[in-house]
Amino acid sequence: MAQKLDENRPIYLQIKEYVEDSIINETLKAGDRVPSTNEFATFFNINPATAAKGVNELVYEGILYKRRGIGMFVTENARQILLAKRKEEFYEHYLLPLKDEAKKLEISNEQLVEMIYREGNELEN
Amino acid sequence: MKIEVKNLTKSYGDNTALDSVSFTLNDPKIYGLLGRNGAGKTTFMEILSGHLLPTKGEVLINDEKPFDNRKITESICLIKEGDNFKKDLTVKNVLKIYSYFYPNWDQALANDLIKEYNLKLTAPIKTLSKGMESALGIIVGLASKAPITIFDEPYIGLDAAARKRFYELLLSEYEKQKRTIIFSTHLIDEVSLLFEEVLILQEGKLILHEEADTLRHNTCAVSGSIEQVEAFIEDKEVIDKKELAGMMTAYIYENMEHAKKSGLAVEGVPIQELMIYLTEQKGA
Repeated sequence: MAQKLDENRPIYLQIKEYVEDSIINETLKAGDRVPSTNEFATFFNINPATAAKGVNELVYEGILYKRRGIGMFVTENARQILLAKRKEEFYEHYLLPLKDEAKKLEISNEQLVEMIYREGNELEN
Repeated sequence: MKIEVKNLTKSYGDNTALDSVSFTLNDPKIYGLLGRNGAGKTTFMEILSGHLLPTKGEVLINDEKPFDNRKITESICLIKEGDNFKKDLTVKNVLKIYSYFYPNWDQALANDLIKEYNLKLTAPIKTLSKGMESALGIIVGLASKAPITIFDEPYIGLDAAARKRFYELLLSEYEKQKRTIIFSTHLIDEVSLLFEEVLILQEGKLILHEEADTLRHNTCAVSGSIEQVEAFIEDKEVIDKKELAGMMTAYIYENMEHAKKSGLAVEGVPIQELMIYLTEQKGA
């Protein structure tokens, strides 16, 4: 997991992704408390309001819920929602750039598919 | 505390340091005040702190002018680049004087920080190194707990580790108690993650006032062949552009996600670079 934030991208998005990744790889499970905005601010040395913006978007999207005076917690369905969302984004974020680069290098779709299987076989062996 | 700046102008003879600057800071946030040398930052901060009178226009803090107004000035602490303290005083005297002036003064915090930065209470200011004097400035600024605390390049002579510690302290004090912090610095890369809003002055004018994350979201650098880039930026606000070997990179105001749909290579622009592109002198 990245310990340093990328100054080129909105910081609140990176905080959001940090929590999302933790839920997807199950470091944070349903019902777990997520760090407070101050804890995020101290860890990453960022403005607490920026951290709050990322966390609040997750509340809005049903990934986290707020318990007054106690903190933010992961909802029951959080992981399912995130997996569905990430799968949808997978094509745009990973396959399109891959296809663009392949096109530039004159790699055909057939060759691409073949590479995917080749890599898979190596991993299985 | 609410800070209203209305058509603020300050001239020194023929020189205009501030030229009809207007903006409002409503909430206790951490503001980054940026700009090149001579942009008017220090003049602005001195007027805000009630140390200088404007030539025209005004600054109102909770509807009152700060100049010669004790009620307002006791809620503002300005820490400058240097010469914050009288040379013949000792560290202990300095802390005593400031503790009388600032109603929210936090002596326990001051004591902790004096230890942390290894300052000797009995040392006269004139015997302190540049870095130690800066450390004392930082301690006074933080311990003042002034609702408006202003740091104007407060760390001449402080090494990277001591600066990092200062950022951590600033953040933890801010987390404990929100207050308006105005931070002016040239070391933008080091602190830009702390800013909630950014203001940029150029030649006495305010050229930008925006939320820091909105800036990161809505500015980007697009690269591709000259024709492609030119076509894409035709109807957009261009900050700067450069060409090399048939390729062009243009820095523009545009949402990063939108720009990515164009098929051009898109990168974000850090605030430090944005400041440079915005304030570079063209054709000089």
